[in-house]
Amino acid sequence: MADRPLPAVSHLKIPDDGDPYLEGCRCGSCGATFLGTRDNCSKCGARGKMQTIRLANRGELYSYCIVHRSFPGIDVPYVSAIVDLEGGGTVKGNLIDVEPDPSKIDFGMPVDVVYDDALGRKDAEGNSYLSYFFKPRTKI
Amino acid sequence: MADAYVVGVDMIKFGRFPEKSVPQLGSEAALMALDDCGLTIQDMQALYCGNLGQASGMVGQRILQEIGQTGIPVVNVANACATGATAFREAWASVKADLYDVVLAVGVEQMGRGLLGGGGGSRGISKEGLLGSGTMPSVFAEAGMEHTRQYGTTFEQFAKVSVKNHHHSTMNPKAMYQIETPLETVMNSEMISYPNTKLMCSVNVDGSAAAVIASAKKARELGLMDRAIKVRASVLTSDPWQERDLVMPDVNTCTRKAAAAAYEMAGLGPDDIDLIELHDCFATAEILHYENLGLCEDGEAGRLIDDGEVALGGRIPVNVSGGLLSKGHPLGATGIANIYEVSTHLRGAAGQRQVDGARIGMTHVIGLGSACGIHILEKAA
Repeated sequence: MADRPLPAVSHLKIPDDGDPYLEGCRCGSCGATFLGTRDNCSKCGARGKMQTIRLANRGELYSYCIVHRSFPGIDVPYVSAIVDLEGGGTVKGNLIDVEPDPSKIDFGMPVDVVYDDALGRKDAEGNSYLSYFFKPRTKI
Repeated sequence: MADAYVVGVDMIKFGRFPEKSVPQLGSEAALMALDDCGLTIQDMQALYCGNLGQASGMVGQRILQEIGQTGIPVVNVANACATGATAFREAWASVKADLYDVVLAVGVEQMGRGLLGGGGGSRGISKEGLLGSGTMPSVFAEAGMEHTRQYGTTFEQFAKVSVKNHHHSTMNPKAMYQIETPLETVMNSEMISYPNTKLMCSVNVDGSAAAVIASAKKARELGLMDRAIKVRASVLTSDPWQERDLVMPDVNTCTRKAAAAAYEMAGLGPDDIDLIELHDCFATAEILHYENLGLCEDGEAGRLIDDGEVALGGRIPVNVSGGLLSKGHPLGATGIANIYEVSTHLRGAAGQRQVDGARIGMTHVIGLGSACGIHILEKAA
């Protein structure tokens, strides 16, 4: 068993000495941004031009739905959100700290990417996981 | 290239048949389609079989083991919810290419109940409910909410799609359900993924459909031209790159591409189409496709459902079969069941739900991941 939480998905990076972040890549030929890493660009077909980048922890809500029926053991309702990150890249995750009510959720609302334990989920070996969530950005 | 015609086509009544095997279900529709044109399995030169649940299970060959092992080539096809349309298109292409004169296409599926999708990866922990939702109702809810974001489309407008399609199905004896569902009933049924309630989700059913496709020469030789349906266009697309498509499958662009290509192949436009069977896997999806298929300008889809233009008797009736929402959605069979529905109208044989004077019709399916299949059909002159 690992002595610290593992990343819930491969594009979530947990450096030894720093804050977790989301990893993406950008095509050196056409500029397309992708979540995670890859060898080739599926937008323009360029090979070997991908540059690994650190994606922003700020973004805005693009679309969402409110999940009321899921599989056994999954708490509902929750908001499944699609977020466009500043500087490129789109990610999907749970939008937390909002009422699951369409009248309380605005398209384009600014959100922060926050990192926390993966809702207590553990794998077969008992490992804990770190995941990411979206949180409405509080006005300063 | 020579023209290709649907000379025989049929589907079983959709339902739940756990006591039957997938090949048995497929055989039923195959025999019905053969009977529709008075041919036998011995007349068929190839079989194109669409099935998703047993994609590695040689379903086409097992259908022949039920109805006649003639030794013909069999191609088994899987392409998500575009599986049936893809099998039909491969059959069509083989006739167009002059490889064969007359071939059989079968689509068949046996479904479980419950949510599709959301299975997540194979390693680590489940991501469902942790990194949003990957279930089909959620994915199509998010696609619908994108339309809401752009045009202000309302929950009520999405729900009206389901009211319409359930109403249509009351006139279709082959639909899974024949039940009226008023707006309040649809909007107050169990919320699955807002804005899709349970009655706004397609029904998981078992079903099969089949079509016999012949060259013009063969159809004339066999004396089958009087009921033949000409395939004016057959198009298949995959999803072009979109900036969000790693997390948000794009069902719009591949449909728009396919529609443009189909209209061009047929030399027709949206105004020439008399009825459409389109992929209403969820009520939210149908709204998107009004615009994707060019039935109205972008942003007008909500008005189209409000004004009844897409209902039977309206300007361009959509899903008069009851659609996937009420007729049911046996994934691999759906594409060919759509061909059956449109063909039946073009033959003037759709009974109570007949679209008056229907001359040209369109079928559309989306397989998430993604594939879009569009066919334009016309009654042979």
